[in-house]
Formats: sequence, C-alpha cells, structure tokens
Amino acid sequence: DSDPVGFDSLDLNERRGRSTDAELDRRDGTRTSEALTPAAAARDEFQEELVIRPLHSGDIYASFQFRTLWDTDFLQEGQKVSHYRLFPKSLGQVLSKFSVRELHISFTQGFWRTMQWGQPFIPSPPGAELWVWFHDTVSDVDGNWKELTNVLSGIFCASLNFIDLTNTVQPSASFKPLGLGNATDHRFLRYATLPREIVCTENLTPWKKLLPCGSKAGLAVLLKSEKLFHSSFHSQAVHIRPVCQDEQCTSKAWELRQTLNVVFDLYTAGQGKKEWSLFKMFSRTLTEACPLATSSKVYVDITDNPELFELSPATPLLSQAVVLGDRRTYSVYDLSRAETFGQLRSLNLLLRWKGDGEMLRPLLHAERYVAGFGLQTGEIHTVIYNNHPYRAFPVLLMDSVPWYLQLYIHTLTVTSKSRDNKPSYIHYQPAKDRHRPHLLEMLIQLPPHSMTEVTVQFERALLKWTEYTPDPNHGFYVGSSVVSALVPSMVAMNTNFTQDQPLFSSFVPVKEESSYFVRVYTEPLLVNLPTPDFSMPYNVICLTCTVVAVGYGSFYNLLTRTFQVDEPSLPLAKRLANLIRRIRGVPLLT
Amino acid sequence: MDYYNLLTTCAFIHLLVSIPYAYSNYVENKAGQFFSSGHTNNWAVLVCTSRFWFNYRHVANTLSVYRSVKRLGIPDSHIVLMLADDMACNYRNPKPATVFSHKNMELNVYGDDVEVDYRGYEVTVENFLRVLTGRLPPSTPRSKRLLSDDRSNILIYLTGHGGNGFLKFQDSEEISNMELADAFEQMWQKRRYNELLFIIDTCQGASMYERFYSPNLMALASSQVGEDSLSHQPDLAIGVHLMDKYTFYLLEFLEEVHPASQANMNDLFKVCPQSQCVSTPGHRTDLFQRNPGSVLITDFFGSVRKVEITKDTINLTSSLKPLIQRSGSGDMQIESLTYVDQLPVAEIIHQLTPDQFLVCSRRWTEQSVRVSPSVYVQPCEKPPYVDSSPSHAPLCCGG
Repeated sequence: DSDPVGFDSLDLNERRGRSTDAELDRRDGTRTSEALTPAAAARDEFQEELVIRPLHSGDIYASFQFRTLWDTDFLQEGQKVSHYRLFPKSLGQVLSKFSVRELHISFTQGFWRTMQWGQPFIPSPPGAELWVWFHDTVSDVDGNWKELTNVLSGIFCASLNFIDLTNTVQPSASFKPLGLGNATDHRFLRYATLPREIVCTENLTPWKKLLPCGSKAGLAVLLKSEKLFHSSFHSQAVHIRPVCQDEQCTSKAWELRQTLNVVFDLYTAGQGKKEWSLFKMFSRTLTEACPLATSSKVYVDITDNPELFELSPATPLLSQAVVLGDRRTYSVYDLSRAETFGQLRSLNLLLRWKGDGEMLRPLLHAERYVAGFGLQTGEIHTVIYNNHPYRAFPVLLMDSVPWYLQLYIHTLTVTSKSRDNKPSYIHYQPAKDRHRPHLLEMLIQLPPHSMTEVTVQFERALLKWTEYTPDPNHGFYVGSSVVSALVPSMVAMNTNFTQDQPLFSSFVPVKEESSYFVRVYTEPLLVNLPTPDFSMPYNVICLTCTVVAVGYGSFYNLLTRTFQVDEPSLPLAKRLANLIRRIRGVPLLT
Repeated sequence: MDYYNLLTTCAFIHLLVSIPYAYSNYVENKAGQFFSSGHTNNWAVLVCTSRFWFNYRHVANTLSVYRSVKRLGIPDSHIVLMLADDMACNYRNPKPATVFSHKNMELNVYGDDVEVDYRGYEVTVENFLRVLTGRLPPSTPRSKRLLSDDRSNILIYLTGHGGNGFLKFQDSEEISNMELADAFEQMWQKRRYNELLFIIDTCQGASMYERFYSPNLMALASSQVGEDSLSHQPDLAIGVHLMDKYTFYLLEFLEEVHPASQANMNDLFKVCPQSQCVSTPGHRTDLFQRNPGSVLITDFFGSVRKVEITKDTINLTSSLKPLIQRSGSGDMQIESLTYVDQLPVAEIIHQLTPDQFLVCSRRWTEQSVRVSPSVYVQPCEKPPYVDSSPSHAPLCCGG
C-alpha cells in the first residue's frame, strides 16, 4: 500500500470534488447508486506534474505529465458538444468525428537505453507510433483510420499521412485498451509505426498549443526547444482514453494525458559536471503554477539520497509511491503554494552529485539486431532478458516487419538457455506484397535468470524503381518490436486508485498486487535493400556515346579519308644552304 | 479700416472652411490608396527542394523568407511551408533545433514557433503542383492546402538546385519551366490568385520564368541563364554554407521593411546587384498589369486585413438543447465500469484454435513441418487468396 507520508493538507471539499481513476472493486461488479447531487455540472480538470529522476550515470531524466479531464460523454444520445473549456477543440472534434475510443500517439527522438537508465514511466519507440481503438459502431475501420492519420498529420505537423495499409497492423493480443471498457474485439484496433519520423520544434509547437495554459504559465514554460532537443532522448506523446468520472465509476469521462520525457546527457548538455539545476536543463526557472490547474507539482526522486546527491532548496513535503514495482520516495514541491517559490519568486532546483552508485538491473530487457551478410538474405534476432533470480513470467512479443523483408517462418526458432522454448500462443499473419506487412505475435514464457533468443530468416526483395526513396542508400527502417509483460513486482502494487495518487503512478491500470504491466521496445532495424544505381542511365549514355564515337568514328574516317604524301621538312641548316643555292642558281639539296 | 477688417474676416472664414475640406480630401486619398491594390488576403508558398546536410543553405533560405513573411503579418494558416529535409534536428547539427542564417550564429531563423506543413519525403513535384492547383485528396488537412481565392495575392518562393529550364526536387526528380507555367495558368483559370509574385533562388533561375504566359505574374530570379547562384558564407562551427547570396541580401532588405512601409517593387529589383551577388538577378514584369513602382512590398510579403465596422446588432439563437443531467435516479442498479486486463494470459492462450495456425510455404518444405505445438508448415497446393481476418484455411506466405 502506498501511504503518502507528510501529506499536504487539502480542503476536504476540494478532495471530494476531484474525479480521477476508478476504485476497483473485485468483489461485486454492480453497485447501487445513491441519488447524486442534482447540480452535477460538467467539471473539467487539469493537473500538471514534473518528475525528476537522477540517473546513476550522471544523466538526468525529466518527465512532464499534463492531464486534462473532460467531463462529457458525447456518445450518449442527444448530447452535442460545442463547449470546450480545457480540452482542446481540435482533438475533441477528431474524437467525435471518427468514433475513437482510445488514441495513443507518440513522437520520439533517440532510443531509451534500459540498461543504463532503468524503465521509463511511459515507454515509446523511436520515430512516430500511433495506435487507436475505434468504437464498435464503426463500419469501415480502415477508412476511418486513413482519414484519422491525415487529420493528425495536419494537427501535429508530422508526415503521418505515410501511414497506410502497408505499415498498419491489427494486433490480436497486444495493445489492449488502457481505458475503461469490456469488449475488446481486435478488429477495431489499428497500430502503425513510422521509425523514420523526425521530431523537431514543429511538432512541439502544436503539442504545446493543446495545453490549457499553453506555454505561458505553469510547468510548460520550461519546454524550450533548444534545450529539449539537445538531449539523448526526447519523447512527446498524447494519450486519450475514457476513465472513471468519479469514485463510484458509473460513468465515463475523457482523459487527455500529454507526456514529455527527456533525458539530458551529462557530457553534451551537462558539460561533464555532475550537477543539474532546472536552469541548466531548461534555461528557465518556475515562477508560477498554471492558474487553470487544480494541482501543479514537481517531484524529485530522492530514494538514493543522501548517498548519491544532495537537493536544494529543501522541502518538507515528501511522498512515497510504488511505481514500476519499486517503492520510491519523492520530494514534492507544490507550485500552488506561494512559499515554494521563496524570496526570489522563482523556483530553481539544484541537484549536486556526491558519490557514485549502482543501479538495479531492470528485470526485463530486450534487444534486436540483423545478422548475416550480403544483400540477399539475413536473419533477425530478438533477444529478451529475464533478470529475475527465481521467477518466470510470460511476455507477449509483437513483431511487425514490412513486406519487402520476406520472412521464412519455418526457420523461426525460440531458444532459452540453449534449449527450445515453445511459445504457448502464436499468431502469424503473412505479408502480401505492397499491401500488408508481416505480423508475428508470440506468448513466450521466460525462464528465470535467462536469455531468450528468437530468430527468423528473411530474404530481401527488389523493389520497383519508383518505390525507392530519394536517398535509398541510407537503408530502410523496420519498426521496433514490442514486448509486453507482466513483471513480478518486488513491492505490493496498489490496486486502489485514490484521488491523490501522482500521475506517473496512475497511468497503467493495476489489476493485481504482485505484478505490474510494462512494455519494452527494442531498437528499430536499418536494413539495406539491393539498390540499383540510379546514376546508371547517365553512365550508360556516356559509355554508349563514347563507344559510338570511337568505334563508328574511326570506321567512318577509314572509309572516307584520303591520304596524300607530304613533303618532309628540312632542318634549319639545310634550309639556309638552299636559300643561298637558290640565289646562286644551283640545284637544291633534298 | 472697415474694408481692411472685412478682408481679414473673409480670409479667416475662408481658411476655416477649407481646413476640413482639405482634411477629407486627405482621408479620401488614403482610403483610395487602401483599396487600390484589389486584394483582400495574402498567401505564401515557400519551398525548399534539397535534401542532405550540405544543402543546409537552402533550408536557411526558405526559413528566412518564412520569418520575414510571418513578421510582416501573414499567419501560419496562410503559409504553406515545404522543407525537403530536416536540418534543425539533424544529428549533424551541433546546435539542435536551430538553423542559422548569419555566421557566428547571430540569427536563428528556425525560431520557436515554426510550423512546417510538408516535410521530408512529402516534398515532391506532384505535391507541389497539387498544392498550387488545389487538386488534393479529400482527407488533406487545412494546413496543407492553399485555400486562395480570386482576391488573394500569393508569394511563391523556390530554392534549391536548378539548371536551364528545370529545378531539382530532392535529387530524384525535376520540375520544368513549362510545367510551372501550366500550373500557374491552371491557377489563373480557376481564379486562384489575384496577383502572384514568384521568386526563385537557384542556378540559372531566370530560365524558370521564361515560359510564363498567365496574366498578373511578376517574377524575380537570382541569376540569368548561364550563370550560377553562389552561396554566401560558411560557418566553421557548423561546417556548411549558411545562406545563398541573393537570399542573404534579400533578407537584409526585408529586415528593414515593416508593415506600414512604403517600399515598392523597384527597390526589390535593386536588391543584390552584380557587385554583391556575382550573378545578375533578373526580373520579369511584362505580364503584370500595374506599374511595379506602385506595388508595395507589403502587398505580397505582408498581410492585409480589411475590417468592416458595422453598427447593426445580430441576434445569436442557440439551437442546442441543454445538457442532460448525468445523475442516476433512486435505486437503479448501475454497473460500475472496469479497466481491461492488459495481459490476460489464459485468455490469449485459448483465443484461437490450432486449426488457424496452418501456414503454407511455397519453396522450402516438401512435407508438413511442425514448428510449434500449434503451428504447422505445409507446402502450398492451392493458389493464395486474399483474406483479411484469421480464418480456418491455410495462409500462404508472401512471395
């Protein structure tokens, strides 16, 4: 159980008025509802938080979460929404027009290094990733999907319109909905990833505009692109899902979570000094909370304090939370209170490293690489590590490979500890050239303290010359594999969602105490396909013209040129002698 | 004495009467000037056609024109910005999220507020022509469309590598001057512009406007046929050339222009003479109906907002019903909603029957091979057929 220690005192009315995630009751699914207060006007809510976690390598991990709760359910009959207060109108219109039940989109630059940094709060693969659950009232899911990707490409200034049927898959067991709901018919799920997608200021600008306070007040003033993109890892995401409106969980409300995870590198952004402050990370300090926010907090992970680092300014507020299977202690800075900002009216946290420490090895870790040589065949290896000393647990591996890498599924092998490990569930949908990618999903039981290797051979296809990108020698990307797992937890997880739980620990719903759900993404692959020489036509013309000129020209000259005997020229001495002889009238020399 | 007094009073009265008359004349002149250009809105299409890090200067060119155009008033919704490659967040950029136009990193033209509409592989000849002519697929978002009408003044700026009669897009395709002229003619026939200013900064840029034949077009180029446009200065920290000469001096000229300035097109033609640019900039005004001296720079680079003040009142009637109260009544049993199990192992294992894991391989197997307890691979006997959902028949591998 997580009990907040030294909790800040809140008005009781305020606490009751907040509606957050469900309080799960496993004993009986139905409840009698008491007569609710008649004046239940729509209550939108906005919360923001920043979590700073110092990493053992000297890097620092900052995670922003902005949560907007929109108290409406426009799928009810007779409801027509036209009033948007905190929820952005552009996304609200998208949800209603395309009958979206859940939407998750993320843009990431860089790769999350699990072995050095631990597990992120919200994982994401490199590039862009979009997965959507539609309502079961939708008749043409593919049509809605296509239009949705176009609309989102306009909203986020990204080339999401490249998502089409050749890179969309329909997972059969992964990516269950993260929001409320019963039926999960996977025909209404679509998943696509664009590993080549770049993230830059033009994606951050519209993302910031979705926030109620924009980037003018609150935690969002720290989001300056020149510092955010000068980092090892940058990921911004939008997650929309239905959640419980209140504790009884009898009706739904929409939740919009905007998350931004960034890891600043010690050497590039930190200039080699193991000392971080808000000003050094973001070139800004905090001056006020967003006026529209009901809660605005900064959490600093001090579990390894005081051996690892020291934190200033000190704060009396502490909070404990169980997140990712571990109990962590956090210092809390509440921005809605004026005394947090001190005399200077600005808050600048300073973390100074004092010693080195060892990081706990993460329990689940995955890698992926291409083996083989040449441009005809290859082999994809996916390696999954289970670092738990005595517990085995199942993982669901989902692989989506583009059609131009033709997989030979009969060569698929799964080995753990150099023995065959048969998956308990396999779903394979083969690719169709230029229509559909490969989809491979397997449920594998990982033995404790082991390495599991999944290998499959493939052959590279030769594309048509119009299908190559303008820079084909760069290579072609294959999206990350997704490993979803229920990892045994060292500490009992909290299954009751209380209202005061920090946002970073309440993202994934927890159903049982002994394990937590985690998703790990592997590296994307960069594969060279046999590429023709596109300068070939130019070279062919040069070569042909040279051959024609030399061959035909010589032949023509031989046929049409006439030869005449030419008098050889005499040396200078003889020419002078001839001149004198001509004057004398004597015959000339030859 | 009397006569003298009469004269002064007459002169005084005459003066009093003529002052308001002169003032209204002045106002009428100003109003006349305000409405003389004939356009009501401004659009800009700014295209950079080059890929790869060493073409950094083309992206900087386009972004500096974008910056000037935004500064002079055209909003993002009226600008279609197409950048063929990403320089700001490129891994080779020593200062991420910045694109500089002056050496020693003086001016960051990328800024904090940029919105790129077409980027990367989307910048193709086809997409460019579709944006100009408006023939886009129906699901294209508004920010990617050029929604101009017959009273729009459009600024089109192209930069990249070009030659005599063509402009290269991303090193893999070209647009010819004839295609461009035909696209403008389509725009004229569809009444998609009032006046159009076309600026191009490439080698032999003047060849691109030679074939124009539609009315109300004015064109500027950075070099004549047979000449190369040169780049301006390299920055040793970034390692590439930052800007082209013509656009560098154009940016300097535009930095002096403010939304109320009276600079006209003749000043624009004088930007970057041969002494500074080494190439000879050219221009073409024969298709333009007005005198270039009377055309303001802000007619194309700035944005005109015509405001009509009205004193009438309009009644807004609400056609929406009030929100239905969400409270339940009395002792009704309402099910409480729950979250879905993220990894229901038992459910997944029993999800599909083993029949559906029959996979057939065309090449490698002679007989059935069992890969796993529920996956069998057998040789294909029947030709493949399309299916979009897991079914009971054998599935064929792609090939």
